[in-house]
Amino acid sequence: MTSVKDVFTSAGVPVDFEELFLSTTLSRAASLESVVDSFKQNGVGLKGIITTPSSFKGGILQTLNMKLRNELDLFANVVLIKSLPGFKTRHDNLNFVVIREQIEGEYSAKEHEADPGVIESLKIITRKNSERIAKFAFQYATKHKRKKVTAVHKANIMKQSDGLFIRCCEEVAQFYPQIKFETMIIDNCCMQLVSNPHQFDVMVMPNLYGNIVDNLAAGLVGGAGVVPGESFGSDVAVFEQGARHAFAEAIGKNIANPTATLLSACNMLKHINLHHHAGLIEEAVYKVVREEQVCIKFDVHVRQT
Amino acid sequence: MIPGDGIGPEISASVKEIFRAADAPVEWEDVDVTPVKGPDGNYKLPAKIFESMGKTKVGLKGPLETPVGKGHRSLNLALRKEFNLYANVRPCKSIEGYQTAYPSVDLVTIRENTEGEYSGIEHELAKGLVQSVKKITEKASMRVAEYAFAYARDNNRHTVTAVHKANVMKMSDGLFLKCCRTVAERNKDIKFEEMYLDTVCLNMPKDPTQFDVLVMPNLYGDILSDLCAGLIGGLGVTPSGNIGEDGAIFESVHGTAPDIAGQDKANPTALLLSAVMMLRYMGLGDYGRRIETAALDVIREGKHLTGDLGGRAKCSEFTAEICRKVRELD
Repeated sequence: MTSVKDVFTSAGVPVDFEELFLSTTLSRAASLESVVDSFKQNGVGLKGIITTPSSFKGGILQTLNMKLRNELDLFANVVLIKSLPGFKTRHDNLNFVVIREQIEGEYSAKEHEADPGVIESLKIITRKNSERIAKFAFQYATKHKRKKVTAVHKANIMKQSDGLFIRCCEEVAQFYPQIKFETMIIDNCCMQLVSNPHQFDVMVMPNLYGNIVDNLAAGLVGGAGVVPGESFGSDVAVFEQGARHAFAEAIGKNIANPTATLLSACNMLKHINLHHHAGLIEEAVYKVVREEQVCIKFDVHVRQT
Repeated sequence: MIPGDGIGPEISASVKEIFRAADAPVEWEDVDVTPVKGPDGNYKLPAKIFESMGKTKVGLKGPLETPVGKGHRSLNLALRKEFNLYANVRPCKSIEGYQTAYPSVDLVTIRENTEGEYSGIEHELAKGLVQSVKKITEKASMRVAEYAFAYARDNNRHTVTAVHKANVMKMSDGLFLKCCRTVAERNKDIKFEEMYLDTVCLNMPKDPTQFDVLVMPNLYGDILSDLCAGLIGGLGVTPSGNIGEDGAIFESVHGTAPDIAGQDKANPTALLLSAVMMLRYMGLGDYGRRIETAALDVIREGKHLTGDLGGRAKCSEFTAEICRKVRELD
């Protein structure tokens, strides 16, 4: 995050940051309410990674990330998968978008012990949220001049829940005849992603599949450190890393790779119509990745940590 | 033997021929599983499949056509219930001579196959609001975890990684993870690791060689097993086994390829490698090793490859070459 502010200063970006710490692991953390208020007031924000410790218990099933998403109604998460020129991976020239519904589905935090040794976990799919994310995907495709939307599901097994999701997508697709629509089963989708990822354009899916595809796709272009992401509610836009991993091993060592956060910050600038500054920084990031072959221990090649 | 539909008969004939060449002591009983119309008007599976499997406890299955809503699904389901097939095992090993973007993959996915997201319990709570229940039990989680460690030991593997999402599904995946930890405690000779499903997905395309044996609940296993098959070249070269308490069925999980059926163009590799898994399961590992070596040699040499592997050989030529190699290895 410090890196982003430094870069913004160098580029003379007219943005004042209001900085708030939100964490389950830090003691100096701000309250969730103050963070939510700040986002609501500003309408836009840049967010780092919030770890959910797997040891985290205490009877509360919702993680801080989930609470923030629910409070701000951040229903759509967008991850742009784009190969970085000069950073060699197994597949070149990838350019597609993963749109994930992120307030319901498997992340409903509704679980109970039905019998001793038997746990039931509920996945919730609603028409309202499925329609909303489907519309968002088609609008996104239209706005960004994309040609195809692929809805990813497991409706052959989860006939009712994923079935409802797919039905909503099909219905919305009717209104966008200029955009091609197809459906794909999640297991096949993952197989296609590793073997023939170029076929994808815009992908839309329920929560858990989105989590899987986001990460798999980020892995294809080099990892969590280089993929920007953004979350949208009706009034708020939050820009963040695409694949959300805190990478705790690297804290404070100045070896973290800020590429994803920098690219997210650029996307934020575009969102608030500072296209010139966004372009300036984006170009600089690409240039550094392309030219500088100084290899940082864990991640891609960046000149300065 | 359930030869299956489409290219099924050709590739199962190929497997039998190779078994003959290897003198493998296996007698085949062919069973047709086309559903028959019962006196009540409902279609159901012929009784012979249950009689045959009841006797032999082990089966090999080719691809079946999937009529929407019945057939394949119900067959798998019926067999799974009848013989308590609780674990799906898929070894994914890069095949020399059939290059993909991911060299040196050598991992195994073990998927819990009886519960989880596939419980089939769904209801519409209110209009436009559907709830789907994922069920995780201690019994099934322990069973598959124990199998994963036993498999690792029997197959000279070193690490078992439990794949989960217990940060979000704290109770259900938490229970699965707890069971894996308990079993790991009793199997200290095998290294145990835990990893979030999304972390596995992030790392898999970057470096699949870091993984060894992966064990996980049903849906994650469904997704990861196909993903890993994609790493080594698809379902046409990936074997699969369903291990149960009362028997086991080995199968090729690719489609029936109706466009090339009957034309002697099909690739029998997936079914053949599944048959090799079957031989190991039956304690006939020596025969399995010979057949596997012969098949991989033929692919590596690249002279007699079927169309899907980039060659021009017919299924029968590919088969004949494997048979020749098997005899040489005697």
